[in-house]
Amino acid sequence: MKRYFLDLFIGGKSLVDGLVVTTKALFQPIVTVQYPREEIDITPNFRGHIDLVLDPEKNTFRCIACGMCQRSCPSECIQIEGKKVEGKKKKTLGLFALDFTKCSLCGTCVEVCPTQALEFSKEYNLADFSKEAFHYDILKRLEERII
Amino acid sequence: METISTLPPELIRMVIAVIIIISFIFLNAIMMGYLERKIAGHVQRRLGPMEVGFHGILQLVVDGVKLVAKELLIPINVDRTFFRLAPILSFTPVILPLLVIPFSEKLQARDLNLGLLFIVSMTSVNVMAILVGGWGSNNKYSMFGAMRAVAQSIAYEIPILLSMLAIILMTNTLSLKEIVGAQQKIWFVLLQPLAFIIYVISGIAETNRAPFDLPEAESELTAGFHTEYSGIGFSLFFLGEYTNMFTVASVATVLFLGGWHGPSLPYGEYLGIVWFFLKVYFLLFFMIMIRWTYPRVRFDQLLNFAWKYLVPFSLVNILITAVVVKL
Repeated sequence: MKRYFLDLFIGGKSLVDGLVVTTKALFQPIVTVQYPREEIDITPNFRGHIDLVLDPEKNTFRCIACGMCQRSCPSECIQIEGKKVEGKKKKTLGLFALDFTKCSLCGTCVEVCPTQALEFSKEYNLADFSKEAFHYDILKRLEERII
Repeated sequence: METISTLPPELIRMVIAVIIIISFIFLNAIMMGYLERKIAGHVQRRLGPMEVGFHGILQLVVDGVKLVAKELLIPINVDRTFFRLAPILSFTPVILPLLVIPFSEKLQARDLNLGLLFIVSMTSVNVMAILVGGWGSNNKYSMFGAMRAVAQSIAYEIPILLSMLAIILMTNTLSLKEIVGAQQKIWFVLLQPLAFIIYVISGIAETNRAPFDLPEAESELTAGFHTEYSGIGFSLFFLGEYTNMFTVASVATVLFLGGWHGPSLPYGEYLGIVWFFLKVYFLLFFMIMIRWTYPRVRFDQLLNFAWKYLVPFSLVNILITAVVVKL
């Protein structure tokens, strides 16, 4: 008999506790994001495809077209060409192409770069109907950012 | 015009009342569906429907159109008569209780002197519809759902009647209008708190809502008795469920929460409906909160709770009430 009323008391109390929890949650701010309309910041460790770093002082790329990244790439997805510019001794960057369909995001190119000219982008909305859409011209992407 | 004037006024009154009540049933289902999804969202700290209209307010209208436009599939091996009969049987009797509920002092389609008995008998037809639908579906899950619904309904009908009986002992009438009238000074929830708690628990079980939603337990029986129904067949079950909830909450308001009584308003005999609806929707909100708080009970727990706790407690409650009334 004692057990009967004890069960009733404990059970009833746990039901009230449960209602308190949900009632509190009802008035707390929501934690979800309305995705297409709102976006949250991407974590700094996120590895998108590589991008050239925009040097804030020179307002251009730091790349010296040495070709280290092209040589170190295990899947050979980077293609670099230097070009001669009149009046300058060294070659400058003429083409920086990335075949992202082959890239495994290992990051060797970013590590090996002697001038820290490469970084991972934060691009994640990547979807397309053709393979060719993932052949990026990294140099052109940088020029678009220079203004 | 002539034909209308020759009709008996009582008939015209009933027709108008039925039209208003049927349109209200659809409105209520839309509002309840929206509230249910919004509250479910916020309890889980999401937003719920947001896309259709301002804060998703038209979502259920769109869902309703989708359900009506869908094909009504009838599987090959079902019992066709029963299969088609069940949704109608589930929807029709839920309209009738609303005819005798006094929404305010003068807004009542018909004041039956056996009003409470009428409501109880009409709401128990719903379990019949579930049994017919589950049997007619010729599907083991539907059959299990229907069997559970019957066992649950029999178990919980008794405490619900016993808790009503305590009120009837005090008021000495079955007319809902007179029961509300007797609560002019004090609401019966203060005199009969135990009966109120028993009524709300068994009312939730009667309407097959979580945590007593065993007849349609998604994780065990896919959807229970309405597994095989699509389109309008399913929506009639859905409408029936929400209207039953409304009926249970209205009866609780009439019996325990003083019906239309509240701070006085101009045109009180009509505008008492405001207080009535506030109380009803507060109870419905409470039922929704319960659904999103508690996990589903096991079947033996469900029956144990009815027979070991609710029935003895309501019997003791009646005994005490009878003694006090007699003194």
